[in-house]
Amino acid sequence: MNGAEITVSVEALRKTFEAPDGGAVAAVDGISMTVRAGELTALVGPDGAGKTTLMRMIAGLLKIDAGSLRVLGLDVAADPQSVQDRISYMPQRFGLYEDLSVQENLDLYADLHGVPQQERRDRFARMLEMTDMARFTERPAGKLSGGMKQKLGLACTLVRSPDLLLLDEPSVGVDPLSRRDLWKIVQQLVDEEHLSVIVSTAYMDEAERCAQVFVMNRGRLLAEGAPETLRTRAQGLTFTATPSEGMPARELQARLIDAPDRIIDAVPSGGSVRFIRQPETDDARLRDLLHDAPIEPRPEELEDAFMMLLRQEEAEVATALTDQPASEPASAQADQDKPVIVVRDLVRKFGDFTAVASTSFDVARGEIFGLLGPNGAGKTTTFRMLCGLLPATSGHLEVAGLNLRTARAAARGRIGYVSQKFALYGNLSVRENLEFFGGAYGLRGKRLKTRVAASLEQFGLDPSAQSGILPAGYKQRLAMATGLIHQPDILFLDEPTSGIDPLARRAFWRTITALAGGGVTIIITTHFMEEAEYCDRIAIQDAGRVLALGTPRDVRQQAGDAGVMDMNSAFIAIVEQGRAKHDAKEAAA
Amino acid sequence: MSASGFATRLIALTRKETRQMLRDRSNLIVGLLLPVVLILLFGYGLSFDVKDARVTVVLEDSSPTARNAVAGMRGSPYLAPAWATSMAEAEQMIRAGQTDAILRVPGDFSRRLAAGDAQLQLLLNGVDSNTAATIEGYVSGALAIPAQQQADRAGNKPSGVASVVVVQRMWFNEAGESTWYLVPGLVVLVMTLIGAFLTSLLVAREWERGTLESLFVTPVRPLELVLAKLAPYIVIGAIDLAMCLLAARYLFDVPMRGSLWVIILASLLYLMVSLGLGLFISATTRNQFAASQMALLTSFMPAMMLSGFVFDLRNVPVVIQVVSKVLPATHFMGLIKTLFMAGDYWPDILRDCAILALYAVVLIAATRRSLKKKLD
Repeated sequence: MNGAEITVSVEALRKTFEAPDGGAVAAVDGISMTVRAGELTALVGPDGAGKTTLMRMIAGLLKIDAGSLRVLGLDVAADPQSVQDRISYMPQRFGLYEDLSVQENLDLYADLHGVPQQERRDRFARMLEMTDMARFTERPAGKLSGGMKQKLGLACTLVRSPDLLLLDEPSVGVDPLSRRDLWKIVQQLVDEEHLSVIVSTAYMDEAERCAQVFVMNRGRLLAEGAPETLRTRAQGLTFTATPSEGMPARELQARLIDAPDRIIDAVPSGGSVRFIRQPETDDARLRDLLHDAPIEPRPEELEDAFMMLLRQEEAEVATALTDQPASEPASAQADQDKPVIVVRDLVRKFGDFTAVASTSFDVARGEIFGLLGPNGAGKTTTFRMLCGLLPATSGHLEVAGLNLRTARAAARGRIGYVSQKFALYGNLSVRENLEFFGGAYGLRGKRLKTRVAASLEQFGLDPSAQSGILPAGYKQRLAMATGLIHQPDILFLDEPTSGIDPLARRAFWRTITALAGGGVTIIITTHFMEEAEYCDRIAIQDAGRVLALGTPRDVRQQAGDAGVMDMNSAFIAIVEQGRAKHDAKEAAA
Repeated sequence: MSASGFATRLIALTRKETRQMLRDRSNLIVGLLLPVVLILLFGYGLSFDVKDARVTVVLEDSSPTARNAVAGMRGSPYLAPAWATSMAEAEQMIRAGQTDAILRVPGDFSRRLAAGDAQLQLLLNGVDSNTAATIEGYVSGALAIPAQQQADRAGNKPSGVASVVVVQRMWFNEAGESTWYLVPGLVVLVMTLIGAFLTSLLVAREWERGTLESLFVTPVRPLELVLAKLAPYIVIGAIDLAMCLLAARYLFDVPMRGSLWVIILASLLYLMVSLGLGLFISATTRNQFAASQMALLTSFMPAMMLSGFVFDLRNVPVVIQVVSKVLPATHFMGLIKTLFMAGDYWPDILRDCAILALYAVVLIAATRRSLKKKLD
């Protein structure tokens, strides 16, 4: 490795793209940085920070507009092929050949990298063991689950030991279990082979494992350093507040996050609220806000420092948007106590495969109900049955008091649906989209007009903006606005927060909690386990079965003893216990 | 190291492309089944020949002379004459589409024939002008036979009327069979379809699925990507070519007057052009849908309409003539028809092959350039 200690050295690097509206956007805007060899380096930052662009430039896949970039001592612009011969790169969406088998994918990459046969045998055996895929070598890559695909992608990039490994958001859209496995593999290679790794991530717990962290936002470098050093920015400002008995943590969290003059950030966690106070604010004003909720200092984490950095940026760029949606469902306030959703022994089979096995639960009016589970657990199937998009094989399903078997159309009029992908018309304006979806839900005339106007105001949207070119956070708002245009009783959200940055996510959840406060029932799926803390109740599904059902606190208790456990570990524990139990039963049978 | 690396990677990529091709059923259907359908369709289903054309003969003059004049109608395999008693009846039939033409023998035919200025009236259904023109030819031919016989019988007796007889011979396609020129054209269509249409999806699919991004950051070179993508489709193209040639020879009895190896060589050369065009479109559009539309519009449609397959290019406006000259299909179409029906005519073979080779090289080089391992 040339004996050089530095793998990547970047100086005043710039890359601009043409924006959708015709202007120029600097995706990487004058970044300078030095990455050391033999250790894990993290690039963190919200969506659109420029992480992927930077990664691609390091991989020699993009032209450089200005500045210099040396990788492994080589000038990337002058000789990208020499760099590409020595590095391995896993893009966000690793390009597996879905019609080739696991083994054929591995063989292809080994051949392309010129890995000798004898070396290959050992390497493959090790990779297959680490990814736990030795059983699936003959299976087409397209038939693997999302998490497995990601692991195979990693294995393909690691068919030989590269001089530098680039991982672009390897854990996006991957469930906690697969995420843990991915990191185990990377960590092992760093420990054993002193691999140099640059990883971009939106997860702070992943950045915390790295020796060096670069925080990026809007194409610039906000901060850099070891996690321990970066963390100290939040020193003395981090606390945990415990809400009084019977009060949901999210209510307290909502109160705190609505006071940006005193509070930098607040999130519900383990039944309490973790928050960062503004350094300038005095104790009396803080106590006003907290009422009698007792607070306790807690050790600062990288996430806290990250949120502080982002908030500062945000304050400089634009004043934060305060959306305080006041929405009430159109239906009468009657039968308050009756559950809005009743699910009894719900089963869905696709041929021989049971996607959802005998599932039962109720959801009360105004409740936030979270559906969690690893990739392929049956969440989406359950979800689609609840929305009436997919008929159930057997079981009873009641939504807003209507049986989905007999009154599917009527039930659909009472629910709103926000899909995972942006499912609006990109070339229509915001107003046109709202009017179209309002019309589709049967609103017309004056009522449609007032609803569109109210939605525009509620979500702070510009009616004439073209929908397709809105920033991700605003697309999310527009999707919510269309889902709510007919004032449904129930709102279904399918992984609404994947791909939006932490600040937008806070704002999103603030809207959700406000809606729930107004009586709208929310059913949501998510990959971010910490978001489960906003829910009143959650269900954890795996392999079609419900493994845990209850408040976040119940679920944490079911997972293990102490309440200190975070949702992520609770989730992993429950899924693993469930699988072990299932395997034991299989073995006995 | 470098040479062996090239070989290893090329083999690995070719193996991958072959597997992908074999596992994609729709690809195989288009690649192997569609040519069979086209061969059968063009060979059996499509024909510009008119057989058993329905001609209604109205004999207003029923004298033996008149009967004798139209007797040739009966002997022709191309004509199926029917007889009507009145013109009104015949006109009714042509309106109802029950007949294609009316041959009217006027009441004064015998009289005027004796006087030397006899006339017959031929009314054609011009809705399909091509068919009408063909029938006109058949009828004239059929009527010429008794006239000829009469002239022969008259011997060198001066008849008072000077008669010039045109002796017609169609060269290269003696029987005027349309299959003879449709089938060589079919080779062009099949090569175009396999080449441009199938390959147009190849690179675009990799762009869409993000597989190229992963592939780029390996020691792989752009030329290796291009060659590996071409290889399996050259095999498919060769199979299709063999099918076309066998069908031409044994099913449709089309003559192959040129050398077989020149026909094969020229076809493979055109296959390369076509594959190159498909890959180039695919690599530059980066979108499967757009690429397949583009491929259809820029290769298959022009090969059908503008290459001289059906329409004689000398009759089209100058602008379209220029466009057609730019199309590689036009050059191959001319070449393959000559090779099938006229034989080896070297000046043409050399010129057209040189043009095709130039196209192939330019397109493959352009594809290689468009895969230069950059995302922007």
